[in-house]
Amino acid sequence: MGEINKKNNEWESTKGLREPIKCLEDKWKLVPSFLQVKGLVKQHIDSFNYFINVEIKKIVQANEKVFCDADPLFYIKYLNAYVGTPDLEEGFNMTKPTTPHECRLRDMTYSAPITVDIEYIRGNQRVIKNKQLIGRMPLMLRSSNCVLTNKSDFELAQLNECPHDPGGYFIIRGQEKVILIQEQLSRNRMIVDEFKGAIQCQVTSSTHEKKTRTNVIVKNGKYVLRHNALSDDIPIAVAFKAMGICSDQEIMQLVGSDDSIAKKMAPCIMDCHNLKIFTQNQALAYIGSKLKVKRFQTANAKARTPVDEARDLLATTILAHVAVENYNFYVKAIYLAIMVKRVIEAETNKAAIDDPDYYGNKRLELAGSLLALMFEDLFKRFNWELKSIADKIIPKVKAAPFDVVKHMRPDLIANGLFTAISTGNWTIKRFKMERHGVTQVLSRLSYISALGMMTRVNSQFEKTRKVSGPRSLQPSQWGMLCPSDTPEGEGCGLVKNLALMTHITTECSEEPISRLACNAGVEDVRLLGGEEINHPAVYMVFLNGNILGVTRQYKKLIKIFRMFRRRGLISSFVSIYPNHNQRTVYICSDGGRLCRPYIIVEKGYPLVQQIHINELNRGIRKFQDFLNDGLIEYLDVNEENDSHIATVEAEIDPYVTTHLEIEPFTILGVCAGLVPYPHHNQSPRNTYQCAMGKQAMGTIGYNQKNRIDTLMYNLVYPQCPMVKTRTIELTNFDKLPAGQNATVAVMSYSGYDIEDALILNRASIDRGYGRCLVYKSAKTTMKRYSNQTSDRILGPSRDANTGKIIKVHDILDTDGIAAPGEMVENRQVLINKQMPPATINPIGQGQPQQIDYKDVPITYKGPVESYIEKVMVSSNAEDAFLIKILLRQTRVPEIGDKFSSRHGQKGVTGLIVQQEDMPFNDRGICPDMIMNPHGFPSRMTVGKTIELLAGKAGLMEGKFHYGTAFGGSKVKDVCNELEKHGYNYHGKDIFYSGLTGEPLEAYIYSGPVYYQKLKHMVQDKMHARARGPRAVLTRQPTEGRSRDGGLRLGEMERDCLIGYGASMLLMERLMLASDAFSADICGACGRLASRAWCHACRSSAAVSTVEMPYACKLLFQELASMNIVPKLTLKKYC
Amino acid sequence: MPKLEEKPRIFLEEYRLKNAANDYGMADEKWNFKKFAKNFRIVIVRLDKFEMEFDLIGIQPAFANAFRRLMLSEVPSMAIEKVMITNNTSIIQDEVLAHRLGLIPLKADPRLFEYRPEDATEGTEFDTLEFSLKVKCTTNKSQPKDSYRTEDLYENHSVYSSQIKWHPIGNQTSVYKETDIGPVHGDILISKMRPGHELDLHLIAVKGIGKDHAKFSPVATASYRLLPEVTLTREIRGGQASILQSCFSPGVIGIDSDGKAFVKDARYDTCSRNVYRYEDIKDAVILSRVRNHFIFNVESVGAMPPNVIFVEAVKILRDKCKSLLDELNNF
Repeated sequence: MGEINKKNNEWESTKGLREPIKCLEDKWKLVPSFLQVKGLVKQHIDSFNYFINVEIKKIVQANEKVFCDADPLFYIKYLNAYVGTPDLEEGFNMTKPTTPHECRLRDMTYSAPITVDIEYIRGNQRVIKNKQLIGRMPLMLRSSNCVLTNKSDFELAQLNECPHDPGGYFIIRGQEKVILIQEQLSRNRMIVDEFKGAIQCQVTSSTHEKKTRTNVIVKNGKYVLRHNALSDDIPIAVAFKAMGICSDQEIMQLVGSDDSIAKKMAPCIMDCHNLKIFTQNQALAYIGSKLKVKRFQTANAKARTPVDEARDLLATTILAHVAVENYNFYVKAIYLAIMVKRVIEAETNKAAIDDPDYYGNKRLELAGSLLALMFEDLFKRFNWELKSIADKIIPKVKAAPFDVVKHMRPDLIANGLFTAISTGNWTIKRFKMERHGVTQVLSRLSYISALGMMTRVNSQFEKTRKVSGPRSLQPSQWGMLCPSDTPEGEGCGLVKNLALMTHITTECSEEPISRLACNAGVEDVRLLGGEEINHPAVYMVFLNGNILGVTRQYKKLIKIFRMFRRRGLISSFVSIYPNHNQRTVYICSDGGRLCRPYIIVEKGYPLVQQIHINELNRGIRKFQDFLNDGLIEYLDVNEENDSHIATVEAEIDPYVTTHLEIEPFTILGVCAGLVPYPHHNQSPRNTYQCAMGKQAMGTIGYNQKNRIDTLMYNLVYPQCPMVKTRTIELTNFDKLPAGQNATVAVMSYSGYDIEDALILNRASIDRGYGRCLVYKSAKTTMKRYSNQTSDRILGPSRDANTGKIIKVHDILDTDGIAAPGEMVENRQVLINKQMPPATINPIGQGQPQQIDYKDVPITYKGPVESYIEKVMVSSNAEDAFLIKILLRQTRVPEIGDKFSSRHGQKGVTGLIVQQEDMPFNDRGICPDMIMNPHGFPSRMTVGKTIELLAGKAGLMEGKFHYGTAFGGSKVKDVCNELEKHGYNYHGKDIFYSGLTGEPLEAYIYSGPVYYQKLKHMVQDKMHARARGPRAVLTRQPTEGRSRDGGLRLGEMERDCLIGYGASMLLMERLMLASDAFSADICGACGRLASRAWCHACRSSAAVSTVEMPYACKLLFQELASMNIVPKLTLKKYC
Repeated sequence: MPKLEEKPRIFLEEYRLKNAANDYGMADEKWNFKKFAKNFRIVIVRLDKFEMEFDLIGIQPAFANAFRRLMLSEVPSMAIEKVMITNNTSIIQDEVLAHRLGLIPLKADPRLFEYRPEDATEGTEFDTLEFSLKVKCTTNKSQPKDSYRTEDLYENHSVYSSQIKWHPIGNQTSVYKETDIGPVHGDILISKMRPGHELDLHLIAVKGIGKDHAKFSPVATASYRLLPEVTLTREIRGGQASILQSCFSPGVIGIDSDGKAFVKDARYDTCSRNVYRYEDIKDAVILSRVRNHFIFNVESVGAMPPNVIFVEAVKILRDKCKSLLDELNNF
């Protein structure tokens, strides 16, 4: 297929005769149809569903039996495992079904019970118990067990949930947490790379029990096997002999009998002879002597010889993923031989070195697989704990027989999973894996920021290292990862985002695939000798990195596989592709591969015809039907590289093309998809917009008014952009917008528009432009303490003299909680809470004690007052009272507020101008905003100018124009539309100065541009201080706005003053205005004196007062405390 | 320098506007009242309740602009300034609701009111209008079966400006008729509600000017444009003539019986300058505008008719000049 079957030139002439392939109309409708089934975060949900429905059962089955050392008859056997539906524990073993929104509000965890069916021994009886609770599983929203799945919009509204919310995250203790997609090198694959000049072939094997790394490297011209469990490198020939390939001829046949290979292998064979290793036992003994000494040796381990240890190691640890049955190492030896062969190949041919950044070698780990790792670890620990309890209790003589069920505590697994997700620390003991920052709090700043977070891919690569390889855009990322959406700075290129149509596979069963392969002519490698395996006509077939066999007709094999896949007989996510250099065929069915749908092209014609699209339009065909009918198939990165894909119909070459792109704009992700005409912009501008779109305020969901978030920004009048893109519609950004269409005049006005500053129209602001709501929440819990005391809330206090409620309690209701609708000023009390002292004896005998409660009020801080939107009183998971207060501020744009268009052009408001001073055009239109034209030449955001033009035409026509990437409304059509409505076709109008009333000399480019208000507002940043708090230790002013800190006169500023020679100013700034201190110094001994008395001299005769920084005095004292005596020599000044 | 009678022009070139070569702007010209009085003309072209188009001919742009600016920002009008919220259980936040109410144009002649003194806490009948808005949304008891339309399910699901009720204070009943006071438009949507939502508001309207807040501006917009002129420098016929015609607003270029293009009426040309797209005819036209012929367009918000607004603006300018003169004389 991927082969170029192009015939010679004689056929070339007919190419011209072919009738041109018609462009399919509305082909883009396949994208919404795809997203309808898959959703924007389907990867997460699919992976989690696979985990809770399939994998958890496998894990439990893999660890199904627990035995006990004390009683050989005792056992527990897990028969099955289930994850239930979300509920809350209400004490006394009562549960109540819950909704995600309730969990958010009440700081609960959205989780479901994990139950198992078990069979165990109680006393002498075998007991079967069903539905035994062993833990709780945090549930992903919109996963199969979530209450939100398959609900209509109306039902979702009743559950207080936004229908556009993507789901795919967890709610842990009221916090929304996302498990980011983790990128890593694929496991169980040979990767040849160059490490410090030496070629090595590396395999990271991963099985359920073990995760090990095996290397074959070149060392002094010889090939050696290196592994962590071995203290030293093993010569490769020894390794072969240990695997039972004892004759040198056999080794050579396995590796390859070419002269060039023989020459390179000779020293290794020699080595083996020098070591006098001829038999398998000798080889194993040699390896046994190189074993790393284990720290803890168990009783039965001592009985084993090093030979046994080595044999076990070879069977289970080295290349662990290659299964060894009955210590028959033949397949493993072949695998090792291939590794050696790859190294030899790469030594002569540098092209054979694998690119570590190649995306086909990457796998993405999703929530499901990460949780599976975590669950298996916890489950093992759970079983281990049960075993040790059984060991301890069974020997004791008791009245009742030992019932293990009573010792099954669900807390271990529940809390393990909860804390892992809430902290993001993934500690897997059995793999010695420790990862941090796996989860993040879902950013709810805007709808797009939440959506963008769900598609984020985190790389395991170190962020501090200065290498460009893993950061740069790899051609194999085409269509899978968004080329624009990556952060600037340290995470650049390492944090990526999925493209719109990317799908991440979940693993599917290998068995049917290997059966199919064998039927299609793959021969088992165990029956063949080295010579046959290495025959040039033979291709080796790998399934998920394991040797499946060899085939002579690899083309046929591939063809059969693709045919079966298109017919739907095997999973559509199985990929097959040849590697001609290695003479191998790889079949993949593992999880975590990136793939993407393409239209199949056969004989130069796309299989998807207009008729199919029409059926799609009529709603009688769904995306799945396209897959079932074999019109569209998924290609993963590797198979994509074996295909010839046309971007548009016109590019189809009848002899070569195998696939057709569905829509080119799908190579961009969710965030980059918001940019209109991104293909006209300089690429970093699109990247900037991707970062800024996440800071734009607008709407975050239809349920935003029901949420009590710690911080939420909303726009009062959000608008759908005049210039839309297809992605905007697909992601529902038009329904949850974040921005407003501002009429922009591109011109210079006053001097307040330099450096990207914007000029705003006062009247527009008065009429509601850029107005935003800022919600903050305050919360507290009323704890109950072990000594029978608890927190309490008191009503407002009254002034003792006047009897009036004191100022700070002015807004409190009689219950001591601020009333909704009240205006709160700085330092006013929101909740008048009191706490009992920590040390108090339990109230029991005798008279009740008087408890001295301590005031711990929740107060409001902020320079600008807020209003109380709502108050929530509830209880949390610990059954304590939970009070949440939502505070609201309405903010009007002011000078210094940050705005940005969708083209990475941000700017702050420089001046707000009265409407009459604004320029106006013939039609009396005043712009809402003036932007300086100097923003264009260096930024090269041509897309923005086109957006303006298309927006203006759209206004006149009463429709939305489209600025979809690699498509959208053409500038020519837009200009004609403008002309039709009496506008200049360039989009430039005559403007009159609002100040002089005369026409401006230049024509002004003006029209609507979608502007976003960013979350950075002066009100949150303004800070000044004359006097204020000081740090206790140094007596210097505190640092930072939140602590009302001082403004630092830094080193560079200090250097300026030194250079200028302003010594008194320096003195004032660095000492007087900071931490001046009058220290008493004894002139006689030069030491610090105290209270005009020198302790050393026992006199006060020579003590004088010296002004110095407190930090200086502190230093002297600290030095003195470590036996260094700083002495000051005093002299009379002037 | 051309005299005013000679109609000073500004030429619309392809890439810029340009004055005639010997025209240094009208600001340089010495102002002569007699000459001004002789040449100055006002022509009212169109006048209805909300909109007016009129020409100021023979006036300096500084004056024309002054009138425009005054109409926008200094001619007073009444608007809701304070909202006392007794109850608001709707989803609209108090501040946003108050802002929306403030922007509703009120039907009350501002000339009959005074500005409220800055230190006043209570309004009087001379400077304040009081309204109330009391709406409660309920489920429609008599709802037709099987209907899920909001208008059938609920009562008062949308609050419109017509539901604002005027409460006369003091002597206001005798001075104003019920129809004189209230929102100009009854169909302005204030809020949408659902059962359980309730609004109970007390609204206070005062007199103010657009400079303080756009809601006090008596005009939606007031602006002017210069009179366009189109001159043909050579004869244009046939296909070129129809292309030429399409480059201008309808009615600007006419084609006579023998296919020759002529300038019919350039007044309503939008000055789109699209002739410059066509290389072959762009040399045949000169686009210009008359610099002392201002076509004003005033869109009233509804409290006062547009002609009154203009007269008010003139009065304000007069008062300002007067106070300046007083200041100068008393200095």
